[in-house]
Amino acid sequence: MPGTFEPLPGGGAAVALDDVEISIIRSLAVQLMELIGPGPAEESGDPLADLFAEGPSEPPSDPVLRRLLPDAYSDPEGAPQGKEAEEQRAYSAEFRRYTENDLRAGKRDNALTVIRSLDALAAEGEGGAVLKLSPDESRQWLGALNDLRLAIGARLEINDEDDSDLLFHLPDEDPRKPMVMAYLWLGGLQETLVSTLLP
Amino acid sequence: MGCVTSPAPLEIERTESAEEVFAVPEPDVPWVTIVHNDPVNLMSYVTYVFQTYFGYSKDKATKLMLDVHHKGRAVVSSGTREEMERDVQAMHGYGLWATLQHDRK
Repeated sequence: MPGTFEPLPGGGAAVALDDVEISIIRSLAVQLMELIGPGPAEESGDPLADLFAEGPSEPPSDPVLRRLLPDAYSDPEGAPQGKEAEEQRAYSAEFRRYTENDLRAGKRDNALTVIRSLDALAAEGEGGAVLKLSPDESRQWLGALNDLRLAIGARLEINDEDDSDLLFHLPDEDPRKPMVMAYLWLGGLQETLVSTLLP
Repeated sequence: MGCVTSPAPLEIERTESAEEVFAVPEPDVPWVTIVHNDPVNLMSYVTYVFQTYFGYSKDKATKLMLDVHHKGRAVVSSGTREEMERDVQAMHGYGLWATLQHDRK
């Protein structure tokens, strides 16, 4: 079935994609990679120095990046005051310094795997093709599909269940409609890909 | 004779100071990793992450996922602060919204 991952015998997953679908996923993955980027810290060109370079301590200002790279110590339900809030901010900043670069690299790597497998696919197909993923590639695709949906969800300002209900019933002329369609379609891809990975 | 007896008390003192070093200075309050609800992550994906990363059974992973979904949050692991930072980092890698804190209950 189109838009549906099926498990492959012996592990891995396969999905039939047409040219339009391939170009939509590819373009979204490229945008995601560009957005995530190497982060605010300058790359020195020395791989060893970059390995030990500290990440940023401030949360990103972009709402998509803030969702992909959240604070580790701020409980969204508790609204701490004074000293406690200060302490949480300091802990979150320290955590971010030591983890954000790795987190960004992992997400870029997943998106890059998506782009590479689509490029290999486009070379052989005409009008459409069957994408076959190894179990490792499946896991990277799963992460990338989730990040793409988080990114689109943040852009569409889906913050609770009511927001998603509203968006799913948009009139056709609404400018957000194509993005909502992409969001739902990616959700179907992700849902069927998860089911191929569950024991 | 004084020289012969002196090593004994010295040894006792050393044992005492070693115990002091290993004594826990704070009350042993564990830290917890909390996963928060968001309307984007799929229920199946959240369950998959709990099974894959924590090695939880399908039943336990599903129960935790449902807690996140209905109660808005669930404690998914507990341990030292370092362990919880590792878990939170992994959850962020999977795209789940997770935080860590001292377990106050």
